[in-house]
Amino acid sequence: MTDHFTPANLDLAHEIIDRYPVKRSAMIPLLHLAQEQDGWVTEDAMRQIAELVGVTPAEVLGTCSFYEMFKRRPVGRFLINICGTLSCQLMGAGELIHHAERKLGITSGDTTPDGLFTLAVAECQAACTEAPCLQVNYRHRYRVTPEDFDILVDELRSEADRGEGPDPGNPDAGGVPRHGVLSLSRQHIPAERAAGPSSPTSDQGPPAWMPPPDAEEQK
Amino acid sequence: MTLRGTTIPHAAGFVAGDGPRIVTAHFDDPEAHVLSRYEELGGYEGLRRALDSSPGEVHSIIREATVLGRGGAGFPAGVKWGFCPEGVWPRYLVVNGDESEPGTYKDRLLMELDPHQLIEGALIACYAVGLSQCFLYVRGEMALAQERIANALNEAYAAGYVGRNIMGTDFSVDVVLHWGAGAYVVGEETALIESLEGKRGMPRLKPPYFPAAIGLYGQPTIVNNVETLSNMPWIMNNGAEAYRAIGTESSPGTRMVAVSGHVKRPGVYEIVNGSTTFRDLIYGEDMCGGIREDRELKAFVPGGGSAPWFLPEQLDIPFEGRQASAAGSMLGSGAVIVMDETTDIPRAALSLTHFYAHESCGKCTPCREGGTWLERIMTRIVDGVGTERDLEMLLEVGRNICPGDFPHAADSSRGLEAVPFPYRMNTICFVGPSAYAPVNSALTLFPEEFEARVRRDEGVVVPSPGRESRV
Repeated sequence: MTDHFTPANLDLAHEIIDRYPVKRSAMIPLLHLAQEQDGWVTEDAMRQIAELVGVTPAEVLGTCSFYEMFKRRPVGRFLINICGTLSCQLMGAGELIHHAERKLGITSGDTTPDGLFTLAVAECQAACTEAPCLQVNYRHRYRVTPEDFDILVDELRSEADRGEGPDPGNPDAGGVPRHGVLSLSRQHIPAERAAGPSSPTSDQGPPAWMPPPDAEEQK
Repeated sequence: MTLRGTTIPHAAGFVAGDGPRIVTAHFDDPEAHVLSRYEELGGYEGLRRALDSSPGEVHSIIREATVLGRGGAGFPAGVKWGFCPEGVWPRYLVVNGDESEPGTYKDRLLMELDPHQLIEGALIACYAVGLSQCFLYVRGEMALAQERIANALNEAYAAGYVGRNIMGTDFSVDVVLHWGAGAYVVGEETALIESLEGKRGMPRLKPPYFPAAIGLYGQPTIVNNVETLSNMPWIMNNGAEAYRAIGTESSPGTRMVAVSGHVKRPGVYEIVNGSTTFRDLIYGEDMCGGIREDRELKAFVPGGGSAPWFLPEQLDIPFEGRQASAAGSMLGSGAVIVMDETTDIPRAALSLTHFYAHESCGKCTPCREGGTWLERIMTRIVDGVGTERDLEMLLEVGRNICPGDFPHAADSSRGLEAVPFPYRMNTICFVGPSAYAPVNSALTLFPEEFEARVRRDEGVVVPSPGRESRV
């Protein structure tokens, strides 16, 4: 079977897998990587992830389908999640959602015909004092009024028209990264600095800095 | 430094008070997340001090300081660390940064504004307990926190603070940044471990009650909250006694609390633990400054969306676990949601019930089915098509999730006495009971609002502006 991941992402996938004592732990990070590459999680991606971490594609689907953020069909370039939980509700989230639906001409859960915006009512985004809040591709906007929302949508539209934004390789470019791109920085553990994964089956006794149990008791 | 994709000023949401600042000490400095600045501020000095002592000595200092876990359960971290069975290796540390309890946000700020402090705290824990690998699990929806921690870890590895032979000693541990993908229940520590193993994030059957016995990959595992670990560098630098000098005997130190809803100055505050009261927090001029437009307070959620509600008569209760329990609720994750006199109580309760019903993992029947039914019944009551029978049915469904009397606050105006926290439960974790908590509070403390709804009193049912009636 041909690779679904690009060669660069396949290297990255192996780097991620090697950090974990058990390969399967890399499943969620690899699903994020697939979503970053394609904007959503495809069947092909899940099949390759299964191979990479040594489980069946059904097990990957089982995990993938549990988590809200993994989209198993395409969504807009900008996913706008408006928080509808209590703190935001008390401060006008209902009005904001109503306004957003009219502005975009869609109901929550849907995508605009041009493929730019998906609108969703989301749960608490940990910005409760700055209500009502929303996230565009998981980046916060605080105390959003209907007017702010219009400005935001117009800005995102013109950003997309100018072709700016979605380039994780160029973090200095302006704009909101497209859907699927989360952190613009990645952890890299340099080989010469790595302590290495701690295998649960290694049975090597206490780590080097821990005194033997007897010595500790004497203190 | 501007951030791509955000328009948010530095530390927005945080309000600096006059009191002692332990975990938020660097929040005024927009560069504190950069290693060189963190070092100038005394960073990694706590780790250095730890490495100059034996692991057992470090553990003793933390145990003596009595850092109560800040994730919600409030269990002392030093005691939890001691639960690892002897002679079983390797042991792991999982940092719980999956903050998603309604009303709660403090861990996100700690991760975004001071990631090195968290990393340093995690390393101190690893050293003290002999944990040979650390997984830093950050909520999926927090892109900025992920970015800041990734950068911080890369810097810390390069500088020799993380990885092999830390600061030239034989202490070696990798800290692996791991993101979640959107599931509230994963904040429960055994679900967090399942998720970290690449599975659906469903809580494990208990006992064992602590993953310190059987955790990640079946090995002893310590799961600590972000705020809990962020306290460790300060304690190593200042000592357990200095920590205990702040706060009270049973609740030492400080804690972060987010106050949201109808207050004049909503924000995240670092308050003195144990002695600060809800009145200080909500009405204090140096804190939230009272209710917006000087309206009356109707009710407040004292400890995150899962907590039974308090009324104005509970305002003088301090942030002290036993007193909050006796009064019928809990301090939980440090989140106060304030509702003024204009609040539509059944609609507010429905919002929270919807949250927990939506976030049920489906493992336990009382939660999976009960949460769904609670939401369904509450929706028709709020929409003005509920009946008298529905009010009884809410209580019946609630009893199937939590048998016996459910905790609630006292209401002296109607001669109602408090039922103390905690509840009994028919589920593995707290999601199911949390779906019922707002319903029980609303129905017990504000029955007239429900009765007016089912009687179809004129003007009571207000159509929702949003598409979904819950919002």
